[in-house]
Amino acid sequence: MIQIACPYCGPRDEAEFAYRGDATVHRPAEEAGFHDYVYARANPRGWHLEWWHHTGGCRAVLKVLRHTATHEVRAVGLPADRPEPPSA
Amino acid sequence: MSQPFRTAAGGHVDRAATLEFRFDGRALQGHPGDTLASALLANGVRLVGRSFKLHRPRGIFSAGVEEPNALAELRTGARREPNTRMTAIELHAGLEAASQNRFPSLRWDLMSLVGLLGPVLSAGFYYKTFMWPASFWERVYEPRIRAAAGLGRPATAPDPDHYEAMHVHCDVLVVGGGPAGLAAARAAGAAGARVMLCEQDFLFGGGLLLEPAQEAWRAETLAALATMPEVTLLPRTTVFGYYDANVLGAVERLADHLAEPPPHTPRQRYWTIRAGRVVLATGAHERLIAFPGNDRPGVMLAGAALAYLRRFGVRPGRRAVLFANNDAAYEAVFALQAAGLAVPGVVDARPDSAGIAAARARGIAVWAGAEVCGTAGGATLRGVRVRHRGGTGTDTLLACDLLCISGGINPAVHLASQSGTPLHWNERLAAHVPGAPVQAQLSVGAAAGVTGIAAAAADGARAGGGGIPLPDGPAQDATVAPIWEVRGRGKAFVDLQDDVTADDIRLAHREGFGHIEHAKRYTTHAMGTDQGKTGGLVGAAVLAAARGVPVESVGLPTFRPFATPVTWGAIAGHHVGRAYAPERRTPLHDWHLRHAAEFVEAGHWLRPAYYPGASDGDVWDSVLREARAVRRDVGICDVSTLGKIDVQGADAADFLDRVYANTLSTLPPGRARYGLMLREDGIAFDDGTVARLTPDRFLLSTTTANAAAVLAHLEFHLQTAWPELDVALASVTDQWAAMSVAGPRSRETLAPLIEGLDLSNDAFPFMAVADAVLNDGRGEICPVRLFRISFSGELAYEVATPAGHAEAVWKAILRAGAEFGIIPYGTEALGLLRIEKGHVAGAELNGQTTAADLGLARLCKKRGDYIGRALAQRPGLADPARPALVGLRPLHRSDRLRAGAHLVLPGGSDSLGWISSVTRGVALEGWIGLGFLRGGLGRAGTPLHAAFPLLGEAVEVEVVSPHFFDPENQRVRD
Repeated sequence: MIQIACPYCGPRDEAEFAYRGDATVHRPAEEAGFHDYVYARANPRGWHLEWWHHTGGCRAVLKVLRHTATHEVRAVGLPADRPEPPSA
Repeated sequence: MSQPFRTAAGGHVDRAATLEFRFDGRALQGHPGDTLASALLANGVRLVGRSFKLHRPRGIFSAGVEEPNALAELRTGARREPNTRMTAIELHAGLEAASQNRFPSLRWDLMSLVGLLGPVLSAGFYYKTFMWPASFWERVYEPRIRAAAGLGRPATAPDPDHYEAMHVHCDVLVVGGGPAGLAAARAAGAAGARVMLCEQDFLFGGGLLLEPAQEAWRAETLAALATMPEVTLLPRTTVFGYYDANVLGAVERLADHLAEPPPHTPRQRYWTIRAGRVVLATGAHERLIAFPGNDRPGVMLAGAALAYLRRFGVRPGRRAVLFANNDAAYEAVFALQAAGLAVPGVVDARPDSAGIAAARARGIAVWAGAEVCGTAGGATLRGVRVRHRGGTGTDTLLACDLLCISGGINPAVHLASQSGTPLHWNERLAAHVPGAPVQAQLSVGAAAGVTGIAAAAADGARAGGGGIPLPDGPAQDATVAPIWEVRGRGKAFVDLQDDVTADDIRLAHREGFGHIEHAKRYTTHAMGTDQGKTGGLVGAAVLAAARGVPVESVGLPTFRPFATPVTWGAIAGHHVGRAYAPERRTPLHDWHLRHAAEFVEAGHWLRPAYYPGASDGDVWDSVLREARAVRRDVGICDVSTLGKIDVQGADAADFLDRVYANTLSTLPPGRARYGLMLREDGIAFDDGTVARLTPDRFLLSTTTANAAAVLAHLEFHLQTAWPELDVALASVTDQWAAMSVAGPRSRETLAPLIEGLDLSNDAFPFMAVADAVLNDGRGEICPVRLFRISFSGELAYEVATPAGHAEAVWKAILRAGAEFGIIPYGTEALGLLRIEKGHVAGAELNGQTTAADLGLARLCKKRGDYIGRALAQRPGLADPARPALVGLRPLHRSDRLRAGAHLVLPGGSDSLGWISSVTRGVALEGWIGLGFLRGGLGRAGTPLHAAFPLLGEAVEVEVVSPHFFDPENQRVRD
């Protein structure tokens, strides 16, 4: 069970959060981009930016940098934050 | 004589106290400190079970959780527990245990005749032998195999005991309380860390319990640990799983060693431990050697024989032979000799060693460079056959009743491997040891291949930070000359519990299952409750030999939780029965209970489905009576479960235009409007009403089922896609009770109660919203919010009030409506009324339908972006040939419609659509239904069949408008 350091609530168990998917895709302004926005995902093995919704806490949607193979959480921020994956 | 095999003194049993227990009905005695296995051996009981598949006689093989053979059913009745390991069961007074898988008795087991069918029951026999004829599998083969094979019987009555869960954080978790674990815990504790030390045994000490000379260090260390306030000692606690982020699972057995749990004490406690660092001091398991007849009662691991003698004061036999490939095993046979057992010989696969020399110095005959190639005896061992290594020359029969075997040790790497640590091959031990840790974790002592008490304790102390007194002791040489198998006539088992032989492994290889994971599944090797702790690696070595590759290149099957079995009770904890899931009750729940409502679960909510009346013959009588009251006069329904979301802010209207498919920014304050939400992929998501209370404040309603999902959906988009919008959201579902007052007399019912609001049609028309006050006439002044909205198709008002006023408002309305015949109605009548009206609900908003499918395309905005707009235009979703919402009636009005029926042309077999919701009508005669049909209302006038093949039914139906009742929508406006 991973632990996510919510900027508002402090470190909390994964069980308090709902996973909301890939945080590298952005809702497009143009119609043509919607297919990729909804369906196309990179599925990387490694560092991944993703949304975790603190539904059992403050209800903030957090941007989390997580390693998909080790589940290590490297950074937790708010949607406006831009955490960079470590250079591996 | 009682306990003829008990020694006079020594060990960790209390001979001053006697415990009476029963095994297969026979009264026996043991002492505190015994396990069930040690007490049985003390009484001379050697045959304790029959094997899983072949019903071969089996005895006690080990002295710990790795036991493959000695499985017992404990207790009786509702507390009966199958498949417990006698070697890990703490003896207590009155313990009732029974052997398993025997009929009619352990000694005279009729099913042992299946042993003669051995060749038929080889690996993969399920897949090969019983395949024909196919129809025989369910009716004949499977029931008989299940009756013949198997382990113990679970209790069939509900478990009377309870279980609890604990969540803890600690700095250092030490798993295993042997020399390494005790030293690690003490060193970490001395440094001030918050330490938890979990030991699966009821005594701390591990290998120290077999060394009288180490008792002083053990006692001093435990005393020191007891004085450390930040150290928690958990005996009888098995750590079974190692998960991500240094989270481990453990089960503490609080009452398994008692006849029954004391009042208010759980039987077991399930620990979830999040540890800063983990020290794995899990020790090692001795492994078997595969040779013909290695399963006969009397064959025992050498370390187990030493444990029975030293820890429990039990002689495990009278004449002992050792078969080994390492010097560490010799300690057992020397101790047995010193305790008075005859030792007619030692068989060692190696030509020479220090151990061999030491044995000869003690006058023990040693067959060096030799092997055991068979065992003699019936249900107990009478002798072993010895020959030169490699099988040359003739066998010699060596009479004995105990054969101690040791193929070396396997470090217990289960938890380390689960943590992600890779395993490396250690040539000296011929075993896998943990490599570099991935998580904040370290294996110490025998678990890391460091053997001998002094060396293990020093290793543990280092992991804990050092600086503590350490025990002295001789070094232990655990170096082995690998010997995995002795081939000869007879069955040589690599997995005693699953009856898997070395030949089965070779058969798996020949038949194409040469990968270790495939061989495991094909043969069931290492799939029992012991998870192959004693023979898993031996099977892998046999497979390696068959493939002609080194053992280490074959690997081991993946280690997964649970490292040792855990009861379902511990996993379930308190989440059983009513506490399985939370139960949500509306503020009117108690009233519904008092009025005998039949409830239905809607998610976690309990909602009244209907209120049975005294003269109602069945459910339909109640439902039709309730619905008729609404159509004719007035009814009241608890709709508190609908989701309610308060949306506020300068940009609230803009936000709602983006998340709803229809326009809401044009809604004037004081009015409500139907709202439809799509998912981003263009499929309909949820619907409800949107009320504008002030220019920058809206109240949304959602369906009961989607309340949480809609809130999360709105929050997600607000925070990630449009953070620039000035909008705040709050769920107010639980703060408000809501009730629908519906029917032609609803205005007359409500008007006298409402103060500060004119309910006339002109002042408060259809879709109006206003705050007011309801005076219940008995002194309670209740703030209410009125919505003139209708789901039933009748003149109706939704009355919302703060939850605390719910019952006063509800009762006041019932009193006011009494003269019109008001009655409460439940979800069944609600469903009937909405189907007659053609309103869609969950069966239509099923995650596969679009706005157009639902007949709601005209609502959708033509201009501007909103969630779902772009992808709803995809050709597949915009295809006019998609099944569209229609109404359906049987041509013969007495025919019944069924939800799920397929719509087909008469004589046709292609499905043109399906029926989603059905009901009997009150405004219409007979059954009516909503459904989706290719061609939609264009097929009105075409006869169709509603086919329900499960019941062999086909009903002739006609296609009509889904708005069966009042299609002009006049009644809601009057």
